[in-house]
Amino acid sequence: MVSVLDRDSELRRRAWDAAASVVDPEIPVLTIADLGVLRDVVFAGDHVEVAITPTYSGCPAMNMISLEIEVALERAGFRRPKVRTVLSPAWTTDWMTEEGRQKLRAYGIAPPQASSSRRALFGEQAVACPQCGSENTELLSEFGSTSCKALWRCKSCREPFDYFKCH
Amino acid sequence: MATANIQVSETPLVLYALRRADDALILGHRLSEWCGHAPMLEEDMALSNIALDLIGQARELYTYASKVEGKDNDEDKLAYLRDIRQYRNLLLVEQPNGDFAQTLVRQFFYSAFADLYWRAMMNSRDTTLAAIAAKSEKESAYHLRHASEWLIRLGDGTDESHARAQAAIDHLWAFTGEMFAVDDGERALIHAGIAIDPGTLRGRWLQTLSNVASEATLVLPENDWMQQGGRTGRHSEHLGHLLSELQSMQRTFPGLTW
Repeated sequence: MVSVLDRDSELRRRAWDAAASVVDPEIPVLTIADLGVLRDVVFAGDHVEVAITPTYSGCPAMNMISLEIEVALERAGFRRPKVRTVLSPAWTTDWMTEEGRQKLRAYGIAPPQASSSRRALFGEQAVACPQCGSENTELLSEFGSTSCKALWRCKSCREPFDYFKCH
Repeated sequence: MATANIQVSETPLVLYALRRADDALILGHRLSEWCGHAPMLEEDMALSNIALDLIGQARELYTYASKVEGKDNDEDKLAYLRDIRQYRNLLLVEQPNGDFAQTLVRQFFYSAFADLYWRAMMNSRDTTLAAIAAKSEKESAYHLRHASEWLIRLGDGTDESHARAQAAIDHLWAFTGEMFAVDDGERALIHAGIAIDPGTLRGRWLQTLSNVASEATLVLPENDWMQQGGRTGRHSEHLGHLLSELQSMQRTFPGLTW
């Protein structure tokens, strides 16, 4: 016999998994769970509510992500899902999971350095090339193809690459 | 062109959020005017990215102002349905892009302030403003670094780039005083721990400026006469032209959506 509590936690797990499967439209190897954007899934009355936290203030992917979450939940059988944006505490790249960092590297993007303190923002940056692993790299442009990335180049293998900036 | 302006109940906290939102929106819009016109591709992307950060900050601040006001004035209405006299941004941010030096100096003056301001605001007792500050301070730090590096390159570059950078500093200087001004409503928020006193940031702001200026072989003006008015809706003519472009779609087709 399944208790009400078990059924609720099972429902919540299903809703969480559905929301967690949504990927960042600009970096499709990362799910919102990898990014640390997915914060909470709760049931409010007859509908499910998902809390997410925005990444960069102006990230245009956030609207898309909200929409994708609603679609994913509806596909999983949840009716009238809602997405709520939570500002506090503010997201930082430290919330990205280790798995997410590895996926980024495999995709050819150097993951953000851990501990995004101001020292990491402005201190000596040793960004390893995601292709060959060399730390003999240089910054080409502080602002890259999306607001979360900078453009770097490896001086060992000569490949240019994206670096996911600390935030 | 018959859409009515909204009326906003400007309680001190609504007005406080609105002023910062307007700064970010107007400066973001100015930078977006460079999109497709910057001197090189990397710079085109940089200015557009900074614009995006600022417009993102504006959206969060407008949404918060709207929530505090508790009426129907959402972020879009606040941006699109207020006229020039209802805008509360600094005169500095509405100044035209001019040449590249003028854009960079405007950005440098603002970012050097925003960097300090948002870092201090992370300690606000208002949790929403503190959360917005936590994001904005990192973004502002990147913006400041970008503008500083350019200013050094321009100031310490050719005779032409040096002259243009110095002219931009001399021209925009009188618009910087407004960043440090407070009125009675803001003073009450400062006492309540919601806002910070910008006057306390001026020393460090000047220090940042003089460090960069000396490396750039540029000179900061000694003139301390400052132009004010933006915070109370008395703007230069430039803002009207900017708004007519920013708002034209919503004014022409009220309620238009994508």
